[in-house]
Order: sequence, then structure tokens, then C-alpha cells
Amino acid sequence: MRNLFRRALPKVAGDAGQEAVPDLWVRCGRCREMLYAREWAEASKVCPKCGFHARLTISDRVALLLDANSWQELDPDLRPTDPLGFAPAGRPSYAEKLATESLDSGQSEAAAYGRGTLDGLPVSLAILDMGYFAGTLGSVVGEKIARAFELGIAERRAVIVVSASGGARQQEGVVALIQMAKTAAAVQALGAARLPFISILTDPTLGGVTASFATLGDCIIAEPGAVIGFAGPRIIEQTTGEKLPPGAQTAEFQLRHGMVDQVVARRDQKAIIARLIRLFSHATQPAQDPTASASTPHGEPRVVATAGVQ
Amino acid sequence: MSVVLDFERPAAEIRTKLDAIEKQYAANPTPELDAQRIDLRRDFANRTQAIYRALSPWQTVQVARHPLRPQTMDYAIGMCTDFVEFHGDRVFGDDRAIVGGPARIDGRPVMLVGQHRGRETRERVERNFGSPHPEGYRKAHRLFELAEKFGMPVVTLMDTPGASPGLGDEERGQGWALAANLATLATLRVPVVCVVIGEGNSGGALAIGVGDRFLMLEHSIFSVASPEAAASIVWKDAKFAPQAADALKLTAPDLLRLNLIDRIISEPVGGAHADPSAMIATLRSTVAGEISRLETIPTERLVSDRYEKYRRLGSWFEMAPPAKPAGSV
Ligand SMILES: [Zn+2]
Repeated sequence: MRNLFRRALPKVAGDAGQEAVPDLWVRCGRCREMLYAREWAEASKVCPKCGFHARLTISDRVALLLDANSWQELDPDLRPTDPLGFAPAGRPSYAEKLATESLDSGQSEAAAYGRGTLDGLPVSLAILDMGYFAGTLGSVVGEKIARAFELGIAERRAVIVVSASGGARQQEGVVALIQMAKTAAAVQALGAARLPFISILTDPTLGGVTASFATLGDCIIAEPGAVIGFAGPRIIEQTTGEKLPPGAQTAEFQLRHGMVDQVVARRDQKAIIARLIRLFSHATQPAQDPTASASTPHGEPRVVATAGVQ
Repeated sequence: MSVVLDFERPAAEIRTKLDAIEKQYAANPTPELDAQRIDLRRDFANRTQAIYRALSPWQTVQVARHPLRPQTMDYAIGMCTDFVEFHGDRVFGDDRAIVGGPARIDGRPVMLVGQHRGRETRERVERNFGSPHPEGYRKAHRLFELAEKFGMPVVTLMDTPGASPGLGDEERGQGWALAANLATLATLRVPVVCVVIGEGNSGGALAIGVGDRFLMLEHSIFSVASPEAAASIVWKDAKFAPQAADALKLTAPDLLRLNLIDRIISEPVGGAHADPSAMIATLRSTVAGEISRLETIPTERLVSDRYEKYRRLGSWFEMAPPAKPAGSV
């Protein structure tokens, strides 16, 4: 399943999971069908033939979930350091890898967060991106996730986190490991403020991200076909010698085992999230007189907005 | 059972000589033999101390995994009284890699939870070599909540190669179980003291290792991944585990220098396995002292201090935004 993702030259569309074909066409990473690039992009990079959800960039995610022009990224200038001086003998050091990774990907880190509105609802949104260091959880990602939750608390916003990660960033050692505790604590703080956390698991969500904030959502939504699990398939096969059955560790597998609430296709995610935030927010509002609530149609964004600093 | 690690050999050779002289002296206590055995004892102590002062990270890993090193059940019995082992997660089963239950330390009721690896082959297999399944973490979760309900401080002892990575573990939500423990420990309304007694690897250790105080035995290790796992990621070959151990900064002195742990607990000369009862006594008095101190802190502050402690951990910098022209707002 992993080798669906083949890099091809020239990189036109540039997205993992899609082999770029010169000009206007892309080839589906699963069914190999040739797709008209613009239609494919307009369908949020979902194959119209087989439903394959190719990986998205941060800006793709923002366009998918938030209202037009509402995204305001915060703290984009947080940069990683090299806390351990990680220099494995005979291999590139973390400092070297950081320099080349930024050049290759044109990104400064593996997550972004900020405020925006989703169907008019004020939200705090954080997005992980496999395109930088395999989306790994290090200090900067941990800090941005924690800040996303604190933004939610400070401005009474629901928090949405879209995960895509290979796990904890080995090169930051225990500093990375502890980000799991830090982000889990931040989720708890949001819960204490009775604000909802919607966690979206996309391909792939593994290791220390699965074992921390990503699985602590009040609602967990998984994207069709996404690989989701704690130990990666390779580690399971190496450690136990057992070959994984087909379809193990997919979103659908996790749904069957009771680990996620819904598997939701991209085109339906925004509507489901909006509905959830409105349902959860209703319960956390102070009692209102019935005429006032009757005069407000269900689903209006009044609820979260009352205390929000827009 | 006697296990001599490679780098302990110079000291072990002195020990062999010493044992022979002690035997001769017992049969024939001459002043010459007495002088010899006193010299040899001193040589043995000096050599052992020299070896243990200069352990490389990879040697530390060997000590942390030493088969005769005291394990959680040794502490449960030796450091506590009235220990009652609790079994099962009430959902699926009982995981033998995590043991726990209420006990007393210096007369004070506590909730003890730790990973236990086992020694004999059969026991090690039963305990999955100290790699807990999700039901182990859910048993721990149950005990944490019991501790909060009855106002008992929690003491956790970490000693695991990592959480178990099997298909069954995935089916039963290993990641979910680990995450739930992190969240619960982060806000638990009783003091939590965490100690790495052997090997503390990855989320599998951290899931019982979030608390007010995080201590490490002098020759234990704490790491984002086992050296073997890190080596297979970085070098694509687990044989590079010694090099990975160097790079990961997994020893107690390195982690204290990086402000990632609170305190190092000294081990007896030659490591905890050289004198388990002394180690157990040291840990008992250390943990008792930590608990007494934490119990003076009001609950609200205890919990907010814990949040702040984790909130601060991380290493990043903020690039200066592009300079604005003078006079702009
Ligand atoms: Zn397709």
C-alpha cells in the first residue's frame, strides 16, 4: 500500500499520492486513471473514479475547511532548534537535515495554526503536513498545537486539528516525546473550558501523534483510506513477524474497531464539523429565555461567537 | 545467576581473586591474607567506580537492561508494605507487563503502577518482555482514577522497551490507550511521582510517566525510541543501536543537563544490580521525601504547576518578522 506513493519527475502537481503527468493531467495514485488536473483539484484531490484521497497541503486544507479569506495564520515564524545536537555517526545531522528540508519543501515546519471561520463559526485550526519532515511531532509542532488549544480557550473557539504525521521526531529525542504530554495537557485544558475539539485523522496518522492529541478528540473523524495506527506497518511486521492483513490500520479498520466516530469524505467534512460545533456549543451556553432561542434558527453561529474575540 | 557485562570484566577479575582470598582467609585467617583481601576489596571498589563513572551511553543501556537489576515487583515488595496487586482493565483482560495497586510507602498509602519485564524466560514471555498491551495501559488508567478518588499519591516506575506493536494491539487501540493516560495524568488531582528504574522508551513509557516530579535512576535510560528502533529509522539497520544511543541523549546526566528531568537518584557503586536492597532503600526514602513535599502544595496549584511544567518544555525560536520601515505602526 505504501508504494502507491511514487515520486515522479517532473513534479508538476507536486502532491504525494499523485504522479504528475506533464501539463493538464494527473494520474490517480491508486487506480492509475488519468484525471484532468483542474477538476481533480476542484474535487479536493479526490479521484472521481475510485475515491482515492490524495494528500493535501496546508493551503488545500484551509480551502477545504474554512470560509474564503477567513484564515489568519498565527506564529508562522516558529522555527526548530537542534536541542540534542543530534549528530548520528556517518549520517546527516539534524541541523543539516533541517537546512535541506526547508529548501526542498519551501516550508518552515510541519504544522500551521491560526484562526478562521468555518460556515461562519469561529474556530482555531491546526494542520499537520507530511510534506515537511514527514509531519513529525517536534517542538515547533507541539508548540503550535498547544497554542491552537490556548487560542481556542482565550477566544472561545472550537478547535480543529487535522493530523498527518509519521509520529514523534526522532531527531529531537525526549524533547519530541514530551510534546505528546504537552499537547495532551492542552487538550484537557480546552475540555475544562467546555469547548469542543474535533480531530481529523488523515493519511497517515501514526506513532506519537496517534498516541497523544490526535486520538483525544471529542469527535474523531477519519478520512477514507487513511492509514491510522500506533506502530507503523513496517514496525509491526519486523517486531512480530506477522504479515498485516489487507486493510489493517485503515480508517475503515479503525471505525470497525470502535476507534473513530466516522469516516467522512472530504466533500462532507466541513458540513459535519459545523453541525458538530453547533451541537456541542449549544450545551455549553448559559440558559437563555425560550423566545430568544426560538427566534434564532438552529445552526446559527450565535453560540460560539458570544464570548469570542473575533 | 551471575551476569558480567563486557565492560565490567576488569572489575570481575579482581572480584574472582578477592573471592578466592576470602575463602582462604576464612579457613586460615593470617595477617598476610587479611592485608591482601583488604587491598583487593579496595581495588575492586575503585575499579568498579571508575568503570561506572565513565559509562558510555550504550554501556548505560546495558546496565539499564541488566537481568539482575531490580524491577517493579522487587520495589513493590521491598519498598512498600501492604501492596495489593490489582488485575485487569475491566474490558478485555489483564496485562502482565504492567503491575499496580495500592500500597504503603513509609506508612503512607500510595498507588503504585509500573512496568515489569520478568527474569526467567517463561515469565518474560508471560509479561511480553515488559511491552504492555492496551489493556495494561487501561488498567493503569483505572488505578490512576482510583488514586484520585481516594486521595492517594501516584508512584509510577517505568521499565519498558516500549508499548507492544502487534496487530492485536492496533485492533484494541494502543494509541488511544496511551493518549488517554497522558491526558489523565496531566490533570490528575493528586501528586504524581514518576521514576525511570530501567529502560523508559517512547510513548509506552511516557503513558505512565507524566507527573509533578520525573526522576531517573543514575543508570537508567529515557528515550523517544529504543536505540534499536531509532537505528533502524536513522541508519535503516538496528545494528547501529550503539551509535543511536550516543546521538539520542538518553542518559540521566544528559537529560538533566537538558532540563528534561527533575532529578537523578544515585545507584550503589557498580549499579543497582550490584546491591538491589540498597537501591530499593534509596528509592523508598527518595519517593517518600518527594511525596511529603508535594503533599504540602494545594491541589489547584499542584495541577496548574504540572500544566506549566509541560507547557514550557520544547525548544524553538521565533524568526524576527521582516523589519518594518521606521515610523510605521
Ligand atoms: Zn483513482
